[in-house]
Amino acid sequence: MKTFSLLTVYLILVALLAATLGIAYLPLPGHLKIAAGLAVAVAKAALIVGYFMQLRDQRGLVRVFAGAGLFWLCLLFALTAGDYLTRNWG
Amino acid sequence: MRASGSEIDDPVAAHFADQEQREDAANLGIWLFLTTEVMFFGALFVGFTIYRTHYSSDFVAASRHLDVFLGGLNTLVLLTSSFFMACAVCCANAGNRRGAVRNLAITLVLAIGFLGIKAYEWSTEYHHHLVPGLNFDLPGVATQSAAHQQLFFCFYFIMTGIHAVHMIAGAGVISWLIVHNSRRREPLTATERIRIDATALYWHFVDLVWVFLLPLLYLAGLD
Repeated sequence: MKTFSLLTVYLILVALLAATLGIAYLPLPGHLKIAAGLAVAVAKAALIVGYFMQLRDQRGLVRVFAGAGLFWLCLLFALTAGDYLTRNWG
Repeated sequence: MRASGSEIDDPVAAHFADQEQREDAANLGIWLFLTTEVMFFGALFVGFTIYRTHYSSDFVAASRHLDVFLGGLNTLVLLTSSFFMACAVCCANAGNRRGAVRNLAITLVLAIGFLGIKAYEWSTEYHHHLVPGLNFDLPGVATQSAAHQQLFFCFYFIMTGIHAVHMIAGAGVISWLIVHNSRRREPLTATERIRIDATALYWHFVDLVWVFLLPLLYLAGLD
């Protein structure tokens, strides 16, 4: 990875940080703000993992391991939320 | 990633077929470790999310006590440190030992800056009586609401605390890399480059955790 493209990624990350701080001060409903803040965080995470951690250049097995981390994290959130967030339904 | 140029291939241990397999194993090992770290922090994030939805208004009120400017500044410091860490890897892959040391040193200075700002924040929060178990006190707030806000601060101190422990561990390894590499003039060996690569992956991960802590902890209370 060349220093130039690293710098580009860094500048995009700083712009996204400014965006997330800006969004937080906008007069939006709370849940929209959380969604927007997390969406920006996911975008930042993708840049860090893809470019700084060079997951783009990695082989299959490393990608499977990284994907497994993400998959189990989703499982952790989905099953826990499936219980706690639906207790007052019906 | 395999390097090119003037690098020295040092002897490969008996259980590896060749240099390439050894590098793949080292790389996969650190990624496996980071996957377990995802689970470790993930549990805290899930716990936070559940209580954040249950005690929504109290968590928002508690979040207003945090310093958004310092939280944002620390994010910038950490993203910048990650950039210089990526530059160190870039130098190491090109066989440039001095360049790697220079970038690692900048990363270390930024890491210490981050920890300094965090320590300042914690001490301010201590003086504002916001530390659960030590001096938590919110005068004028109803007992139940104060209890929920105290829970927010439990999550805040545990999550930022564990994150800081990861920063300190990383800063320790970076210091060692700087000391080790600044004494040597000969071209980098494969082992030395792998060490820098592995430390960088860990460092970026610690940055990644903070990227999610910022909106969840600091930005919840703004309007």
